[in-house]
Amino acid sequence: MRIGVVTFPGSLDDRDAARAVRVAGGEAVALWHADTDLRSVDAVVLPGGFSYGDYLRAGAIARFAPIMTGIIAAARGGFPVLGICNGFQVLCESHLLPGALVRNDRRKFVCRDQRLRVEKTSTFWTSDYAAGQEIVIPIKNGEGGYVADDSTLDRLEGEGRVVVRYVGDNPNGSYRDIAGISNEAGNVVGLMPHPEHAVETLCGPTTDGLGFFTSILNRLVATS
Amino acid sequence: MTVDTVKYAADNPDVEQPYRELGLKDDEYARIREILGRRPTSCELAMYSVMWSEHCSYKSSKVHLRKFGDLPAETHRGKLLAGIGENAGVVDVGEGYAVTFKVESHNHPSYVEPYQGAATGVGGIVRDILAMGARPVAVMDSLRFGPADAPDTHRVLPGVVAGVGGYGNCLGLPNVGGEVVFDPSYAGNPLVNALSVGVLRHEDLHLAKAAGVGNQVILYGAKTGGDGIGGVSVLASESFDAATGEGSGGPAKRPAVQVGDPFMEKLLIECTLELFAAGIVVGIQDLGGAGLSCATSELASAGEGGMRVWLDRVPLRDTSLAPEEILMSESQERMMAVVTPADVERFLAICAKWDVPATVIGEVDASGRLTVQWLGEVVVDVPPRTVAHEGPVYHRPLARPDWQDTLQADVPDTLARPRSGEDLRATLLRLASSPNLSDRSWVTDQYDRYVLGNTVLAQPDDAGMIRIAEDSSLGVALATDCNGRYAKLDPYAGTQLALAEAYRNVAVSGARPLAVTNCLNFGSPEDPAVMWQFEQATLGLADACRELGLPVTGGNVSFYNQTGDQAILPTPVVGVLGVIDDVRQRTPQGWRTPGAAIYLLGSTREELAGSEWAHVAHGHLGGLPPRVDLAAERQLADVLVDVARDGLVEAAHDLSDGGLAQALVEASLRAGFGARVSLPEDLDPFVALFSESSARAVVAVRPESEVAFTDLCATRGVPYASIGVVTESGESARLAFAGLFDVPLAELRAAWTSVLPALFEA
Repeated sequence: MRIGVVTFPGSLDDRDAARAVRVAGGEAVALWHADTDLRSVDAVVLPGGFSYGDYLRAGAIARFAPIMTGIIAAARGGFPVLGICNGFQVLCESHLLPGALVRNDRRKFVCRDQRLRVEKTSTFWTSDYAAGQEIVIPIKNGEGGYVADDSTLDRLEGEGRVVVRYVGDNPNGSYRDIAGISNEAGNVVGLMPHPEHAVETLCGPTTDGLGFFTSILNRLVATS
Repeated sequence: MTVDTVKYAADNPDVEQPYRELGLKDDEYARIREILGRRPTSCELAMYSVMWSEHCSYKSSKVHLRKFGDLPAETHRGKLLAGIGENAGVVDVGEGYAVTFKVESHNHPSYVEPYQGAATGVGGIVRDILAMGARPVAVMDSLRFGPADAPDTHRVLPGVVAGVGGYGNCLGLPNVGGEVVFDPSYAGNPLVNALSVGVLRHEDLHLAKAAGVGNQVILYGAKTGGDGIGGVSVLASESFDAATGEGSGGPAKRPAVQVGDPFMEKLLIECTLELFAAGIVVGIQDLGGAGLSCATSELASAGEGGMRVWLDRVPLRDTSLAPEEILMSESQERMMAVVTPADVERFLAICAKWDVPATVIGEVDASGRLTVQWLGEVVVDVPPRTVAHEGPVYHRPLARPDWQDTLQADVPDTLARPRSGEDLRATLLRLASSPNLSDRSWVTDQYDRYVLGNTVLAQPDDAGMIRIAEDSSLGVALATDCNGRYAKLDPYAGTQLALAEAYRNVAVSGARPLAVTNCLNFGSPEDPAVMWQFEQATLGLADACRELGLPVTGGNVSFYNQTGDQAILPTPVVGVLGVIDDVRQRTPQGWRTPGAAIYLLGSTREELAGSEWAHVAHGHLGGLPPRVDLAAERQLADVLVDVARDGLVEAAHDLSDGGLAQALVEASLRAGFGARVSLPEDLDPFVALFSESSARAVVAVRPESEVAFTDLCATRGVPYASIGVVTESGESARLAFAGLFDVPLAELRAAWTSVLPALFEA
């Protein structure tokens, strides 16, 4: 199974996302922001980083990169896309997911091992988790506060689209402790924490993040 | 605006020049005139003044730094691939990999503008590493501030931390360690020392030289603006226009602190690595201090010929800049490469792919001179070596300060000591919650330690450890250390103790120490007492490196860290690089298994002068620092490396500031396991807990490994004592000292973690 990882100028965790794909047993395929060819990948990861320096709003410029035109169109048609951190910001800017990410309420970048609860396991990216399972994976962001208006938040919760929620200390002021959400169909998932940094015990706090990558690979295998 | 050309200078020898304002002495200016056989043009004066500055020329330190060059240029892994004098030293670590690392100061800019000063400090050292042909893989920061509760510390520290984080995070480099130290002597003189480490294959090594007549000189990266030109504006705005009787049409004085753009630097890194991979870089140099003046003169000086530069081709962010200012500008995120004419097109194409502006601004020639043209006229015509490598060298007067004896005689023996269990408990808590020993998470949580996916250990571990490549088990470990109080008490021994601590920290993690870098932060070299401290520090470091078999691969000197005639504590920060063959065998810091035995390694003497206890409990500094025992350090390190390789210990932590007490606190809190400790009976409990004798560590050993472990210690002659056992984690976890006192970990953690947030979160 081929999983594409997009590199924008300023992407930082692209190599880590590719590694996570490989650790999970998939083939990682590098996608370049200026290309339009999705290289026949079966799914795409938008990695963390500071695309274009994030000097405007985080993700606001990346959303207009040539590679995104095809990804946005495909995602609306059910193509699997995972946005991690900056990738989540790009998905919100692309209107594939509702809401926005704003500067952390503590006004500082925060990097730490974060406890999360997986609340939705019917997405393309979280089916290998048990509902309610608690996991610990790194979070590292300066603009990770998830915000949306009340009706959007109510709808997300009502439709069960909150994929992961912060447990314990909310690291960035996200409304209703939301760490990640999905679209209606569950093919598009965005989250601020970094599952790709929790796939091997040597260089991560746990291997709790691996499930995001095995979930999509198992699904792709099952449906191919 | 008239330009001061070489011809004009030759024809008008008597023009008054503001060399003193630029920091040049009368005799230095006279020497420039002698070298050139005429007065310098204002561009030449700008170049010489900045290249002959203390910062760039090392004119006060050079004679003392030669000692490092005399050390054997090899490690147990082989000869150095590059040593002192290059942008950064390069060490062979095996499997065809090499590692380059260096630490550099950005102290003064960080005081003036904390965020940008610190940010560009990180940016600068990363470019040094990149220029060697390496992919930068991690950064560390060694920071010193005034008193934690001083208002100015609250101005400086948050900005410095945000700057280190803001730049490094956006660059995608994990920050794996460093130091944060508070002392009144750093009020007004904070120290921001940034370290970077990079990895390369042996064949990828690149050096800074302009070789091959006809080769093109390409400036790439950010456009040039008015950053960091500071005092040099005097040339454009005062001297020359004044001298020619014209009005001041030049740009206004500009801020002396550079502004960083980490996004551009990230592009520069990826672009440069692709250029290396394409094999089209003949020579390369980063632009840091002294900007184009430094890059052009150093490249030309290290090459075999000369270089001509068309300065008006330099892309400008501010078109009002005068040529002197363009030569001086310290605009960040710029590199200079030497490329064969045939490869220029490919070079420019790769830059274009990464959206990095690139411009051919010169070429290598056979003239033996560096010439710079501005709009068709020659404004610089100099022998490049006289600018870059043959600056002034001073033998500054040095004198052991008259207060040194008094200071050393003021021993801490009569200070009131805690005796009862209750008092010892209070002292342990007070130290753990002191600004220097408390939890650093408030700082380090602002740094990404995970990016690149190869971080094996990061602070608060004793050393940062990086896996060298995803498909290899080879790793490197790094630690930086310095206790400035020790260095004040005895700069020779204090510097050796800094080395010993960093060496021990690397060994504790399971890596074998390999090479040394340093950042020597001192007061004014014009003060004979400071110069004596400096000389002692370099002697101490060189002697200790020789004894431990470690080369010094590079370093940095920062002088003039003082307010009025009050110098900072001498602060020779020492960085040690180690190598570990299998990173899976690294030793973590924290206890992990209840029932594991806790051993204290090394000898404890009553050594409290300069200690954290004397500082916190009594505000006292006097006496002699702990005894240096390099043979014992070496034996201890050998044991620590071997037990890691053989899997005989499950945790290890070095003893340093705060002694055994603080080491046990940290090893317990790291993973939340308690410990029950019986202090050695032959020692006074206070001394056992708080003495700072060197060459010591604590380790945890599972019962099945104890025999093998103690046998090894005995064979190697490392003193060992079983002092306790690891106990349960969870809510009832405690750190208990038999017969004396115990502290619930929850109480300890609250005391330890609340300090920096309470100080800086307001």
